Amino acid sequence: MTTEVLKAPLVVEFPFTRSLGPVQSAFLTGLREQVVLGVRTTDGRTLVPPVEYDPVTADEIRDLVQVAPTGTVTTWAWNHAPRRGQPLGTPFAWVLVRLDGADTALLHALDAPGPDAVHSGMRVRIRWAAERTGAITDIACFEPDDSVIGGEAADHDGRFESMVTGIVASARLDYTYSPGRAQTDYINALAERRIVGERCPACRKVYVPPRGACPTCGVATAEQVEVGPGGTVTTFCIVNIKARNLDIEVPYVYAHIALDGADLALHGRIGGIPYDQVRMGLRVEPVWTEGGRYPDHYRPTGEPDADYETYKESL
Amino acid sequence: MTREIAVVAFAQTDHRRTSDELSEVEMLMPVLHEVLDRTGLKTSDIGFTCSGSSDYLAGRAFSFTLALDGVGAWPPISESHVEMDGAWALYEAWTKLLTGDTDTALVYAYGKSSPGSVRDVLTRQLDPYYVAPLWPDSVALAALQAQALIDEGYTDEPALAAVAARSRADAQANSHAQLRGSVPHGEYVVHPLRTGDCPPIGDGAAAVILAAGDRARELCERPAWIRGIDHRIEAHSLGVRELTDSPSTRLAAEKAGAFERPVDTAELHAPFTSQEVVLRKALRLGDDVRVNPSGGALAANPIMAAGLVRIGEAAARIHRGESDRALAHATSGPCLQQNLVAVLEGEPRHVQ
Ligand SMILES: [Zn+2]
Repeated sequence: MTTEVLKAPLVVEFPFTRSLGPVQSAFLTGLREQVVLGVRTTDGRTLVPPVEYDPVTADEIRDLVQVAPTGTVTTWAWNHAPRRGQPLGTPFAWVLVRLDGADTALLHALDAPGPDAVHSGMRVRIRWAAERTGAITDIACFEPDDSVIGGEAADHDGRFESMVTGIVASARLDYTYSPGRAQTDYINALAERRIVGERCPACRKVYVPPRGACPTCGVATAEQVEVGPGGTVTTFCIVNIKARNLDIEVPYVYAHIALDGADLALHGRIGGIPYDQVRMGLRVEPVWTEGGRYPDHYRPTGEPDADYETYKESL
Repeated sequence: MTREIAVVAFAQTDHRRTSDELSEVEMLMPVLHEVLDRTGLKTSDIGFTCSGSSDYLAGRAFSFTLALDGVGAWPPISESHVEMDGAWALYEAWTKLLTGDTDTALVYAYGKSSPGSVRDVLTRQLDPYYVAPLWPDSVALAALQAQALIDEGYTDEPALAAVAARSRADAQANSHAQLRGSVPHGEYVVHPLRTGDCPPIGDGAAAVILAAGDRARELCERPAWIRGIDHRIEAHSLGVRELTDSPSTRLAAEKAGAFERPVDTAELHAPFTSQEVVLRKALRLGDDVRVNPSGGALAANPIMAAGLVRIGEAAARIHRGESDRALAHATSGPCLQQNLVAVLEGEPRHVQ
């Protein structure tokens, strides 16, 4: 039987909160104030953007200097189809720019009418963002500027009023998740209120949920086996903290359940019984709610408790 | 005395644009079985297992633990994982074998790029303060390097197109490759790089078995002895680096002994045509060296496995007697930031 594998959108979003060291703090605060700072290495080079340790000698470096908002393009690449999150929504050039007074180059975007208007060696100037918060995006982009090379690096104490000490680095990645063949079969069976495992051809153990491989033997599993619906609680815990967006009253019991015919316990919530009466050996069965594609919880069957010997292998 | 360690077997999947009918372990398992079959080893014979992969490709934390189902990790095995290309997992396994703890190691790597947008995913490996907030994608960064090469006169667009054409023509003979034969050079993706200058996006896996000394001779008719292996890294800031050169590759090659005698084959992990130009220069490869007879990463670039595939392809040529001394290179990070070089040799053949 061949079934279409399941697919679903999966969005991973994370706002990393990052603290800044003294050099990064000065640099990003400077951008907020329309001042570009670099750092001087022990051998006299000026690095922009600045780092806290010399990339060559690994010396700790703290000597801040101010460089010009004008500079020279050292290399470029024309981006005719900007992507989400990039500095400009219209076609632009990625550029490495060596600011006047600096010995290294900064990566950013250049607003230009087309690739013919861009070349290495061209002169450019920072276009500041209207609203600045102390982030690399305070530089909106660069723009062409015919000015002559301006200025040497000048000492700067790196101090501003209300220093920026951290950034929030937001990220979002979009995926299409597919669980593969074995788990697709499992999920589809659940929607039909059946629980299927897969038997290992070598050790004959039945795995549920199946993942397409026997973790003991390292071989593919394929033989489908219907398990349950009854099962035995092998171990459990009592949850006292309410999870966000989860509409379940605490305390509740989360348990490992060895379904009849399975050699591996799966986990699920136990309902239909006071939390302090759940015990090892309790016989349970899955409960599907109206329209549910998977069991909402497991409830006691009313059978006598299972003998320890019958489930000790699944602990 | 230093132990002699060799690659004794290599296997890889067919690399394809998507493999969504398979979970990662379902994709990986046939390769693990194939590489074990080649040596007659069973899972329980393997002394150390090391893998390379990235959660960011799958979009799920600890995704590599699920892949472990494919190696039979019960009873407990000695195992490690690197969030890197499998070439670095091989480096870890090599050091493990050097200690004398074990005689055999299984190294595998896999990557499914199809679930996400790999150009966006790779931005998350960049400096989070100054670079990642701008979302410069992997093609854009490679294009900056390509333009620098063009400006310096090291290459031009026709020369880059020739690299692409040669790679895909060579890939005709590689049944695992994703892009084979005549591939249009295409439109600009990010100028000056066209679609033909960029690697295919795809899913795939690879596995290698390493063995030490006599164990290697038992397991393989002509082991590919690792004569040297080294890896080096450069500053993360692109504006600090000399993009038209790769000092880290050259240093790794020197430490691996690559310059002691000429090599006849080089498997270079150059996902972009322009990066082959950089690597040839850094490694001082002459026109007499056979570069990427497999088609290289321009023909198949399963992220996290493509570097291990280079070592495997170089070793397989030695196994087949098509090479006596081969160089294998793997890279990671933007614009060839991190580079690994291995030198592989077969024992002299007594030709009549
Ligand atoms: Zn089994």
